[in-house]
Amino acid sequence: MSLTIDDFVQKEESTCSYGMDDYTTEAARWCKGCGGHGALGALQRMLRDNQVHPEEVVCVSGIGCSSRFPHYLRAYGFHTLHGRALPVSVGVSLARPELKLLTVMGDGDCFSIGGNHWLHTLRYNINSMVMVLDNEIYALTKKQVSPTSRIGTVSNTSPRGSYLEPLNPLSVALGISNISFIAQTASWLPGHMQATLEKAWKHKGLAFVRILQRCPVFMPNAFQGGSVDFPGKFLESPEGIPVDKGILRDAPVVAHDPRNINAAQAVAANSHMEKEPLGLIYYNPEVPTYSDIRYSKVATVDRKAKAKLLDDYLTRYSVES
Amino acid sequence: MKEPIQLKEHIVEIVSDAGEGAQKAGTTFAELCAKSGNGLWTVEIIPSEIQPPPHTVGSASGNRIRLSSRPVTNGGDLTNLVVAFNEMALLSRIQVGALAPDVIVIIDNMWATHADPQICKQYREVLDSLSTQGGQVWELPIDAACAKVTDDSAKGKNMFIVGMLSCLYNKDLEVAKSFVRGIFAKKPPAVIQKNMDLIEAGYVFGMNHFSQTFVVAPVKGLPEQVAMNGNTAIALGSIAAGYELCSMYPITPATSASHELAAFFEDFGGLVHQAEDEIAAVGVAIGSNWAGKPALTITSGPGMALKTEFLGLTVMTETPLVCVNVQRGGPSTGLPTKVEQGDLLNALFASPGDAPKVVMAPSSIEECYHIMPLARKISEEFRALVIVLSDANLATGRQLFARPKVVEDMLTTPLDLSPVEAGAKPFDWDLETGLSQRILPGRPNGMWVATGLNHNEAGKINYLAESNQKGMTMRSRKLAVLQSTLKAPEIFGEAEGDLLIVGWGSTRGAIWEAVERAQAEGLRVSAMNIQFISPLPPGIKAAFQKFKKVMTVELNYCDRMGDPYITEENRRYAQLAIILRANTLVDVDCWGMVPGRPLMPCEVHGVIRQEIQALKTKKGI
Ligand SMILES: Cc1ncc(C[n+]2csc(CCOP(=O)(O)OP(=O)(O)O)c2C)c(N)n1
Ligand code: SF4
Repeated sequence: MSLTIDDFVQKEESTCSYGMDDYTTEAARWCKGCGGHGALGALQRMLRDNQVHPEEVVCVSGIGCSSRFPHYLRAYGFHTLHGRALPVSVGVSLARPELKLLTVMGDGDCFSIGGNHWLHTLRYNINSMVMVLDNEIYALTKKQVSPTSRIGTVSNTSPRGSYLEPLNPLSVALGISNISFIAQTASWLPGHMQATLEKAWKHKGLAFVRILQRCPVFMPNAFQGGSVDFPGKFLESPEGIPVDKGILRDAPVVAHDPRNINAAQAVAANSHMEKEPLGLIYYNPEVPTYSDIRYSKVATVDRKAKAKLLDDYLTRYSVES
Repeated sequence: MKEPIQLKEHIVEIVSDAGEGAQKAGTTFAELCAKSGNGLWTVEIIPSEIQPPPHTVGSASGNRIRLSSRPVTNGGDLTNLVVAFNEMALLSRIQVGALAPDVIVIIDNMWATHADPQICKQYREVLDSLSTQGGQVWELPIDAACAKVTDDSAKGKNMFIVGMLSCLYNKDLEVAKSFVRGIFAKKPPAVIQKNMDLIEAGYVFGMNHFSQTFVVAPVKGLPEQVAMNGNTAIALGSIAAGYELCSMYPITPATSASHELAAFFEDFGGLVHQAEDEIAAVGVAIGSNWAGKPALTITSGPGMALKTEFLGLTVMTETPLVCVNVQRGGPSTGLPTKVEQGDLLNALFASPGDAPKVVMAPSSIEECYHIMPLARKISEEFRALVIVLSDANLATGRQLFARPKVVEDMLTTPLDLSPVEAGAKPFDWDLETGLSQRILPGRPNGMWVATGLNHNEAGKINYLAESNQKGMTMRSRKLAVLQSTLKAPEIFGEAEGDLLIVGWGSTRGAIWEAVERAQAEGLRVSAMNIQFISPLPPGIKAAFQKFKKVMTVELNYCDRMGDPYITEENRRYAQLAIILRANTLVDVDCWGMVPGRPLMPCEVHGVIRQEIQALKTKKGI
């Protein structure tokens, strides 16, 4: 990857030089061929390329195969509850806006049990990269239908095929005011995935990245098995994510203006029925983050001043005549 | 006019239709009494709907003020005097049994001649039945007198009533006026003048119409007092505790604590985050605490139910957290605006698996303030979850207490983000105490992952039997260590006797007052209030053994012996009684009820007399 002058200078000047090991704890315990491995690798390479201090990274996750992520990343982490990663991330972002926050969830985790938090946290626009590893199935609990499963998906709770059309997370996210960044990539496209994470990492605000994820164990046929035949189309724009077709045999590249919400909605609509868009779908770096908004109104007071202020408040309740 | 009657105390109510101003009149008069040095406890009378149909029983709204010549710890017994804007508001108070048989009722007589004959009839019936039962009714042309001073008598009545009551209780008119002027200070001069006129008119009206007035002498020699309700005390206590984030979701009767904080928290460098639901509210607080900014969450029963899973995560990850539950009536939506102590077992045990935590209950409004710094301190030193159980009685009652001294100790200091030693562990449990160090994110070398899965000292997931046993032991051990630092609860009265009444939380005032009365009658009864319910303080069993009988008095449901089907085997005890029985193996009895209002000392007094009588009969004395 080529570096800009600024990046180069910064990298040269930094005293530490982190390698992949500095972002790795242990060998990830996902199945062979699981898309989690690719996503973790892409993230680690991106962190290394940007020489991010591991102690400044906080990775919050929910519960599911995908949510084991923080255990394999050498960083601070919080492996929370099923569906509840985002509230914890909101807390971390309010407490320590300077930390570099990453939230990782599965599709059931984020879109089903955590749906409410998902909608509202998009609206808060907290400063966090949010990765959803979407394998279109509940994997950790051994194959139950998920909100993003295609209609007819055979699973343990839908042995005769699932009944409903899937939820389209891209369209839903685009319906939230304050949305500032939506991108989609796939776990079997390492180059594109890393470039997507890089763009998301540098975004100030909530960078929502849906990663189509292979689960060879429970959903081997989703996404054409994550093969050369996957029907994707790359979105191209000057400030977008560089097109990297990887193994895809036949993926058109289309021009797309990610600053245009209507264009983004058009790309998102029916994406699962036609070709899945890959790249930056919507981008608005001007949306203020929740912590910036809130802290712009919060006074900075030292201990002494605070004690004095509290004493003054107590006077309001005094009944000394 | 006759000489004023000197009273030790009086309970006064002002009731109207919702939105007619009785609440404002009540709080203003209460404030005035506080300023003049009376001991005080006020209770809000709140309808369940925002705008219930007027002139109905369900519309009654107002304030109940217990005025005293000594410090007051509870709302007291039956009401001695009511100012009612209409007969239906009065009727609602009769129906809930709030009024003393010899109550004095001051009521607007305009209803006697109302155009609607139904109303006239209703008015007469309510007043007649009250008189027959011994009440005194003073029917006065309040609205008519008020209309002489203002074009909109409906709006001005509140200050008119304040003036009238100032006359009735012999408060100085000039003091009352200057106090009310203070309340309206930010209003245009014309508005201030109007209110001055109304107070004065009310006062003169009183002089012309009351054949009898009262004096409740001030309390002497107290240090400077503050008057506030329990939710305000929790809000200010949270600031004293150094909290910088309150993450909440609106729910009665907890919300007003957050309103209070929202009004001024930003000036203190803090913020209120109204989350999308209670689950998110607690999750945000946990994330914030884990990252190093002190955060709390405040809720009520239904919100507690939603937070349960996250509270278990707090315990498992040993993330400090204080969660306040301002209890209301349950189950389900229950009695949203009314008091109950029904969430004790929920606080203690609701969790997937065993999640040891600290549960404490303030027993007065003053304690609502002081418990917050203590709760935070415990939560951080023990890396523990602390649940604070307040209730609707404390939340909306107002009490006078000594002005707290502000100390800087708990106010937050900059975070220590220095590198940790290589190999430092996030759960380096001291095997004796279970205590361990917290490693905040951002510290070089400290990287670790908090997880709700069982984990070892390094925070790594571990499924082995030995590791699970150890984690459980360490988390549980912390409670034993905390317990060893606690003092045995104070016994109110003699350390031995016939009957010991044990309570927790907001009922302390009523129970102790009842016990005091019984003691004055020579009964051998004492009382104990338990502030820490998990862990229970030391010395309880030994204290119990000094009494012939121990029983709890609680505002939650319990079966009563003698009721159909109820036997020794299937009886469901009141909640604290269950805990005390299990912990002490003493045959602790209980008396509980769920009236949706605070206990009255006279009720507890009745229970005491009955129990002591039964003890004597049993012994054949
Ligand atoms: C409150 C709660 N309900 C249910 C579960 C069980 N559970 C664990 S993971 C999971 C779904 C996992 O699917 P997904 O979120 O798509 O993640 P994946 O495993 O596919 O990565 C469920 C239902 C749980 N842990 N907690
Ligand atoms: S079950 Fe599927 S999602 Fe889970 S680790 Fe295996 S391949 Fe990955």
